Amino acid sequence: MASPASRSAAQRETIVIDPISRIEGHMRVDVVVDGGEVKDARCSGTLFRGFENILVGRQPLDAVRLTQRVCGVCPMIHGTASAACLDAALGVADKVPPNGRIVRNLLLGSNYLQSHILHFFTLAALDYADVAALADYDGPEGDLKAVRAFIDRQDLAPFFPRYEGDYRCDKKTNTDLVRGYVKALTIRRICHEMISVWGGKMPHDVAMVPGGVTSEITGDKIAFTLSRLGEIRDFVEETYIPAVFAVAGAYGDYFDIGAGCRRYLAYGTFNLDDASIDPLKRNRLFPAGYIGADGRLVPASADKITEDVTYARYTAECSAPPAEGKTVAAPDKEGAYTWLKAPRYDGAPAEVGPLARTLIGYAAGGVVKPQVDAALKAARLDAGKLRSVLGRHLARALESRLIVGAMVDWLGQLKLGEPASVALTIPQEGRGAGLVDGPRGALGHWIEIKDKVIGRYQLVVPTTWNGSPRDASGAPGPIEQALIGTKVRDRDNPFEVTRIIRSFDPCLACAVHLVTPSGDGRVVYRAM
Amino acid sequence: MPKVVEIPVVWMQGAACTGCVVSLLNSLSPGIARLVLRELVPGKHVSLRFLVTAMAGQGRQVMDVVRDETVKDKGNYILVMEGALPLGHPMFGTVGEEAGREIPIAEIAATLARGAAAVVCMGTCAAFGGIPAAAPNPTGCVSMSELAAREKIATPIINIPGCPPHPDWLIGSLTAVAVYGLATVATLLDDLKRPKIFFGKLVHETCPRRADFDAARFAKKLGDPGCLYLLGCRGPASYADCPTRMFNSGTNWCIGAGGPCHGCVEPEFPDRFSPLYERIDDRRMDRFRLLQKPATAPTA
Repeated sequence: MASPASRSAAQRETIVIDPISRIEGHMRVDVVVDGGEVKDARCSGTLFRGFENILVGRQPLDAVRLTQRVCGVCPMIHGTASAACLDAALGVADKVPPNGRIVRNLLLGSNYLQSHILHFFTLAALDYADVAALADYDGPEGDLKAVRAFIDRQDLAPFFPRYEGDYRCDKKTNTDLVRGYVKALTIRRICHEMISVWGGKMPHDVAMVPGGVTSEITGDKIAFTLSRLGEIRDFVEETYIPAVFAVAGAYGDYFDIGAGCRRYLAYGTFNLDDASIDPLKRNRLFPAGYIGADGRLVPASADKITEDVTYARYTAECSAPPAEGKTVAAPDKEGAYTWLKAPRYDGAPAEVGPLARTLIGYAAGGVVKPQVDAALKAARLDAGKLRSVLGRHLARALESRLIVGAMVDWLGQLKLGEPASVALTIPQEGRGAGLVDGPRGALGHWIEIKDKVIGRYQLVVPTTWNGSPRDASGAPGPIEQALIGTKVRDRDNPFEVTRIIRSFDPCLACAVHLVTPSGDGRVVYRAM
Repeated sequence: MPKVVEIPVVWMQGAACTGCVVSLLNSLSPGIARLVLRELVPGKHVSLRFLVTAMAGQGRQVMDVVRDETVKDKGNYILVMEGALPLGHPMFGTVGEEAGREIPIAEIAATLARGAAAVVCMGTCAAFGGIPAAAPNPTGCVSMSELAAREKIATPIINIPGCPPHPDWLIGSLTAVAVYGLATVATLLDDLKRPKIFFGKLVHETCPRRADFDAARFAKKLGDPGCLYLLGCRGPASYADCPTRMFNSGTNWCIGAGGPCHGCVEPEFPDRFSPLYERIDDRRMDRFRLLQKPATAPTA
């Protein structure tokens, strides 16, 4: 358990961290450190499955089931986006009954809560909490006594090895965090029970279908969900939000690092009515929008989304027009360092996720602003500090509070005895876009139906935005930009690097798939 | 206090979605905190040596753990493999690097499997190839059994398929190994190396909508009540105890939410069970007994 001999990060060298743990999937980062500061950073996704190619030729309805298997941590958002693009392609986007819309929100809301709680406690908390300090725990709590007994046995996996030398919490705060870590494992489980009661099972539900959901509205399901939400609300209010503030108290400097590209994109999420079927103009609990370098909020437009594969391991067959373009994986491509492409908005990198949603929701007014103002006041912080490692953690915690409240309201809007879905006909030809924000940010699914089967299926996924490589202009991706300029105290224990990366909650399984770029290596997406 | 015996577990992910890890986290009895911190059965504790999704360490320090495990616990640790193994190109899946070379996941999986006491394939991707190996299999994915056959690895394999599998199926199998030993458990597997206790009956046999099937009350469209046979249910061709065990702390299961069984525990998933929402093709189902003509009831 002794700290390894530390070396200063004074001389120029490259630190490779592969694998990055406590994220979803296979990720690597190379950072060049010189004079104790990150001068360059390269993020790599190290697994390629070719998911979109697997979808081609299959039945359109199968996409909702198969695309959830892109990611076992956030399947519900893929189900939501896939159902949304099929709603459009099948001509039922304006016919989903209110029950269907609400149950979809409940499924997705439950996945948000699970994902955020899992992220802060199960994944990120071990960056800040020192489990080993519980060796001298002498209190009465069974869980914490079990931690102490575990430490006494001296086989400390999976909590060791770890980075050493920067666990700063006082004893009480640290004990609170470890207690929260253990408790969160139960709370995130019951978040999934809420999905199961409406969706059949989780991961990978079966109820989300184009046109609505297959599950029936019943009083016992409503009671079950309200009961679970009560437990989750208690945890969010009494443990989660206080834990984020406690970490902020001990690691206040993490409000000053990891800002990133300072451009933010959100598609918005949780449909509140059916007045508009344009995905980026719908009335949503968290609104769509874009904040550019000037800091001003403007409407988001799908036409401004492009992808660049200059540094990604894909090659383009130049003769093909974009709609029929074909991409071949190019594992040996010179200069490429990742299986992630580089999505760009209006030609520039953009951060997506809870921080983007929070800044956009804050600028738009609505439910987000008073929440954030109260939190900033409590922490005596300027709104600018949100653009940081701790700002992202705080954004997730505050979102969780809003989602719990909204879910209780939605349950009250369900109508017994009324349908939750509409009948479907698969058209000969059809196109649709599903643009919606998941826990990790803006997600787009695009489908093209040809001869009643999937002719083309495209995904542009949150971690593809955040974990993207540099583009043809040389602009690094958002995580890369968040790393560059960071001071690294100890090259053998580069806490700063992994705390920054983890604050984005990367999900690599989602991020890596196939693209269909035009001859110049870029592909343009449009809401269809 | 008598010394607790550690059961070292290395959980490695290939072409996977992490859904199997998340399903493990959903375990109710024991809860995941109990599983990690306390003894699985008296005197035996599961030591989760490597699991990228949850472990504190990262980078070289955890790749050292993997390397050490194959030496210090050779023949003693259990490899849990999640995900299929891409063989199409070494760069399709890598974990860690050694001397500047990124290590292909299939290479790590083979090395770990060779030194393990047993390989548990968690999920349909590791057990049978699953979705990553679905047509056109862009990355040349194979199952762990296929990789073991190619590499002439003789380590016993237990398959726990499902997309994802129920956590009880894994923890129940590990507990049986801890209590009764691997040799005994090996006699309790079906022809696809699945524990018969969990995969011994067709979903159709214990389905609560079976009475609807027998009375020909069929759902005509998604969301309808009744048997989902005409909407593509693979219950008559899938061996699993989902109807009685149910997922997420016994809350619900696929058919309970109005979704047909997609047969995610079978090697046929997804390709030979596609399209998922079309009635099962009886001609392909020769492996499944129940669709054959039912035996007439015995007469007194």
